[in-house]
Amino acid sequence: MSSEKNDFKREMLAALPSLRAFAMSLIGRHDRADDLVQDTIMKAWAKQDHFELGTNMKAWLFTILRNELYSQMRKRGREVQDSDGHFTESLAHHPEQYGSLDLQDFRKALEMLPPDQREAIILVGASGFSYEEAATICGCALGTIKSRVNRARQRLQDILQVKGENDYGPDETSAPITSRAFVS
Amino acid sequence: MKHKTGAGRNSGTTLDPNAQIAAKLKALYQSVQEEAIPARFLDLLEKLDAAEQQSALQGRE
Repeated sequence: MSSEKNDFKREMLAALPSLRAFAMSLIGRHDRADDLVQDTIMKAWAKQDHFELGTNMKAWLFTILRNELYSQMRKRGREVQDSDGHFTESLAHHPEQYGSLDLQDFRKALEMLPPDQREAIILVGASGFSYEEAATICGCALGTIKSRVNRARQRLQDILQVKGENDYGPDETSAPITSRAFVS
Repeated sequence: MKHKTGAGRNSGTTLDPNAQIAAKLKALYQSVQEEAIPARFLDLLEKLDAAEQQSALQGRE
């Protein structure tokens, strides 16, 4: 077919690893994250006439993915927020997918953040977007993104009890207890 | 066991809290990003492509 079509497909493929990482960081479960990525691919494919080749494919796909996630969350109620159960369940089945214990703690802390703070810190802190790009993706003001990122950082520090000095990390006994205090 | 491979603690010195959080977030993200693209997505793109070519051909007849 046309080379434009091939370019679209190739650019989409190139963006898939980071799109999966975004979905996984937002949701915390491989199966759900990949279902969301699949929905996003299908949405994007149907809307490809709206995409201008040469512009930011990654930002375009991320926007579609987050809109899809929130529309599914609205349909399903707050089910996605049931993070504690999901974590325990998926940990039992696929421990190898979750990296070191340290990262498991971090993932759990990330899941305790409000969704708007979580997506903001992921977009800016891990996906490599500027504050401006993140604001566009989330459809909100630049100042809103900045304050969400700041609150997310603060909250993660509180949950993980990260301190600048004398940081020995949360120990195995106190970390689950202090973490639980934030959800209940 | 804890912090065996913990990002942000491998330098031997204490990083500031934001740097520790940032390093962990990146490590988590990259652990997924470095995975191979699952076959289901490659198959899906092939199918979408094939379906579109099919309908384009039919539309021409």
